[in-house]
Amino acid sequence: MSACADKALLLHALADGELDAGHALALEGHVEGCAGCAAELAGIRQVKEALLGAHPRFAAPAGLVERIEAALAAEAAPPPARRRSAAEAWVLPGTIAALAASLAVVVALPRGPSLEGQLVEAQVRSLQAQHLTDVATSDRHTVKPWFSGKIDFAPPVVDLAAQGYPLVGGRLDHLDGRPAAALVFRRGGHVINLFIWPGAASAAPTLEKRQGYSLVCWGAGGLVFWAVSDADPAALQGFQRAFAMQTSG
Amino acid sequence: MLVLPHLDAAYSLARYLARDADAAEDIAQEAFLRAFRAFDGLRGEPKPWLLAIVRNAYFDWRRKRRGWDTIAAEDEGAIERAVDADGETAEARLIRRSEAEALRAAIETIPEPFREALVLRDLEELSYREVAEITCAPMGTVMSRLARARRMLGARLGVMEQAP
Repeated sequence: MSACADKALLLHALADGELDAGHALALEGHVEGCAGCAAELAGIRQVKEALLGAHPRFAAPAGLVERIEAALAAEAAPPPARRRSAAEAWVLPGTIAALAASLAVVVALPRGPSLEGQLVEAQVRSLQAQHLTDVATSDRHTVKPWFSGKIDFAPPVVDLAAQGYPLVGGRLDHLDGRPAAALVFRRGGHVINLFIWPGAASAAPTLEKRQGYSLVCWGAGGLVFWAVSDADPAALQGFQRAFAMQTSG
Repeated sequence: MLVLPHLDAAYSLARYLARDADAAEDIAQEAFLRAFRAFDGLRGEPKPWLLAIVRNAYFDWRRKRRGWDTIAAEDEGAIERAVDADGETAEARLIRRSEAEALRAAIETIPEPFREALVLRDLEELSYREVAEITCAPMGTVMSRLARARRMLGARLGVMEQAP
């Protein structure tokens, strides 16, 4: 028993969320009545889940950033005849500095960048070793009380492991000059930071992109939520829906 | 200190294409140098753009390599660090590590164009359109490569039938 030949590729597209609503609905209707296509779709989903669950993505080894940094600096240095000091090699002149500012994020920026910039910065900072979580646990009953006494509001804490976004822990962060709670979730090999602080924002989530990161902002119960990740935007929007659903009831 | 977004994505793709830890570092470094030089050419999303450069750097590396094959040495350190950041228990770490290693070994046995499509879509979570642009292939080709890759992996995992 196998999938209908004309549906084989479309089943992958369905599992990947690449079909528009009309085609998705039609194919789902077909799958309900076709055992071959149903088995194929289940197999595809199992492969995708295995890939999401086991984190086969490689992490860059320690030292690679420094290697690249050194190579960039060497390239940006003036030719030997004009070279004055070794220290100058570290000052990236002209275009390269502009590129570095756009493609890369230089940490320890002076105060004043936009909130979105700060959120991306906080996301990048959190990915550096030892900075991801202050309290590392998937138990929301441990994370929630950990925040009390550190901040003057109570962020909602839920584990979304069942929805594919396991809770990794929590962290105290600082954004726009005020303390914020940061909850850390995982989506496959990607980290999702959820920043929470008191304030007003529209309940309807908005998505934006910045430096290759996706940001989703929404408001609920007098709190502002910003989810930041390099996972694909659809996954981040899925996370937002799952979180909002779990915390509303 | 310089922080490079998508460094893991660049390294991981290079690693899966070259199947060699040292070569992956060289390819990722070369790709970042090219990215900085060619930054004016960036249109749209940086991540697919960077991964396309990684892919080109990989093909150049492969062309230069003369007939000798390298055996991929597992970079234990990188795996250790990657899971340490999660703050998992030692037991959970062990289980996850063996799962990840088994899966990596299985992915590395998939022939190149199929492996590439799988890594870009399922590990980097790029859209079909982005994968098509990076690999300079029509969307239909991307879809059939991805389907073949998943079938090969699924058969290995025992959750899908072998290709008919």
